[in-house]
Amino acid sequence: MQPFNKHTGIVAPLDRVNIDTDAIIPKQFLRKIERTGFGVHLFHEWRYLDYEGTQENPDFILNKPEYRKSTILLTRDNFGCGSSREHAPWALADFGFHVIIAPSFADIFYNNCIKNGILLVPLTSEKIDALFTQTMNQPIQEITADLENQTITGPDGQSYTFEIDDFAKECLIKGLDQIGWALQFENKITAYEQDLKEKTPWLA
Amino acid sequence: MIRIESPTMSKTMYEKIWDAHLVRESQGDTSIIYVDRHLVHEVTSPQAFEGLRMTNRRVRCPQKTFATMDHNVSTRTKDWDKVEATSRKQMETLTNNCREFDVTCYDFSHKDQGVVHVIAPEIGITQPGMVIVCGDSHTATHGAFGSLAFGIGTSEVEHVLATQTLQQDKAKTMLINIEEPLAKGVTPKDIILYIIGQIGTAGATGYVIEYSGSAIRDLTMEGRMTICNMSIEAGARAGMIAPDETTFTYLKGRDLCPKEAEWEKAVTYWKTLSTDKGAAFDKILNIKAEDIAPQVTWGTSPGQVTGVDNVVPNPEDFTDAVAKTGAKNALKYMDLQPGQPINQITINTVFIGSCTNGRIEDLRVAANIVKGKKVHTNVEAIIVPGSGRVRRQAEEEGLDKIFTEAGCQWRYAGCSMCLGMNDDQLKPGERCASTSNRNFEGRQGPGGRTHLVSPEMAAAAAIEGHIVDVREYFKNNATV
Repeated sequence: MQPFNKHTGIVAPLDRVNIDTDAIIPKQFLRKIERTGFGVHLFHEWRYLDYEGTQENPDFILNKPEYRKSTILLTRDNFGCGSSREHAPWALADFGFHVIIAPSFADIFYNNCIKNGILLVPLTSEKIDALFTQTMNQPIQEITADLENQTITGPDGQSYTFEIDDFAKECLIKGLDQIGWALQFENKITAYEQDLKEKTPWLA
Repeated sequence: MIRIESPTMSKTMYEKIWDAHLVRESQGDTSIIYVDRHLVHEVTSPQAFEGLRMTNRRVRCPQKTFATMDHNVSTRTKDWDKVEATSRKQMETLTNNCREFDVTCYDFSHKDQGVVHVIAPEIGITQPGMVIVCGDSHTATHGAFGSLAFGIGTSEVEHVLATQTLQQDKAKTMLINIEEPLAKGVTPKDIILYIIGQIGTAGATGYVIEYSGSAIRDLTMEGRMTICNMSIEAGARAGMIAPDETTFTYLKGRDLCPKEAEWEKAVTYWKTLSTDKGAAFDKILNIKAEDIAPQVTWGTSPGQVTGVDNVVPNPEDFTDAVAKTGAKNALKYMDLQPGQPINQITINTVFIGSCTNGRIEDLRVAANIVKGKKVHTNVEAIIVPGSGRVRRQAEEEGLDKIFTEAGCQWRYAGCSMCLGMNDDQLKPGERCASTSNRNFEGRQGPGGRTHLVSPEMAAAAAIEGHIVDVREYFKNNATV
């Protein structure tokens, strides 16, 4: 996983609440056995006019020339709800998104993004409203996300601080292999398993 | 350390299970918890097994890992040659991965194959007090047994395969207490849809919900599973119900449950899991069962739901601007008008099945309603048992005949039209009364329109061709 520290990029405002992972990447694209190549199918049903995805919907924001190179997504409450499919962050990352800003995120989606080097920034609805005002209908607006200092700087130069769990922050900044991190405690896992055999053998 | 002694201070069931699974407590970073059982399916696992291969890691506990195929199996045929090519490749990949890593797989041709959250309880993989995970958000189902069960992503699937543990922070706790008996025609599905309607689809984000109260205690295991299953639709990490005699009776004698002396020891332990008197929850919600009518979703999010005796709401009546826009978008997609009575919504497809409502009891109540009647001429109704065992049980009871004589299609086990990843999909504009769990745009097929309902409501809609209040239906059909 690529380490994440600071990122500046074009922001795409997607003004919808409860965007679910079915909308981020529909089921017909989940049959692949690789992690790559999902970006072209991101937001498929909104992005294309036909089922096959040959005809772009010119009204959809990511199809507008000025947003095609967006790397920051600005959206609304409960982003990433529904299915646990990690194909959703794979598709967002493959399209080029590094940062998603919203009032709230779904639980499983949050974990999945951290594992894929995507920074999720929760801000209050008032701050999100302010960012929407600055970016809607005013394309090629840039935002800077500074993870070390936990700040977001909007197009108007104003900075907002955001909360992130210390461990998630460390994982992102170091690009940490979390399995490797856990396996440094293998002796504790083995001791736990030994204990299971004695106390709750039906679980062992 | 595993602590199964009597607690010295009051704890919730969640806290007891959490404490019993701590391999390493957070030192300002994150905790590591042990995973007792890991369920695997074909869609969210291939990249995880590939990750193990690339890093030269093994599956730490193959005996605690169980796989099946459900999302993209066809429920129309058991003929492998007729399976669509990319689905077949994904299923073959799972078979090969399970062989390579020595994992038990209830594969396409296995007689007990089925929806992962239906087969694990019926085989006895699911037991109280366990931590159970699966690369699937409806893993919360297993919390009905008093286990801590939740969905994970594919990176975490790889993590559990390699370490049998997960990094995790402790969740907040929410108690939802439901008292009084349910009225006839009001089901566990209506309870959970009502709750989601009350607290919203993000209302329980960051929480583990415990359901309690007399209405919950009176439920069968099937009903409890329906409720815990949809906890994720309220945003919760997990839903749980304390184990009791109903739980133990369901489990006793199941293939993988402890036997004889070990069974007695297990039951003694399981009885200690209930939340202690005086234990504190971060949030408590009290609901009266008498307030719950049969529920029907009118929008494209499970929280956009109302009683069958209501009308489609007017987006202008929502004070919150975001909710107002959400309702407008939903009504446009659903092609519904504000003020339209819910019980006059015409449907042309009925789907009875899924990890929410594909168990034997769901099929029994649906069969009871369609018995001796005919499915409406404008309706296609498909009945999809959740597993090979459910299908065989239903056939032993003659339910398949009742369904086919009424004009329903009787299928093989699988996820089917719940997510339309297989050959069961809605066509654009088709409208479905569905016992599944998500009414998202395009979920059951691009352009398809979903109304989430209970099995009783779905069966009655199949006969009448439109949504009906099953309570009225019971009154008017004395034989039901």
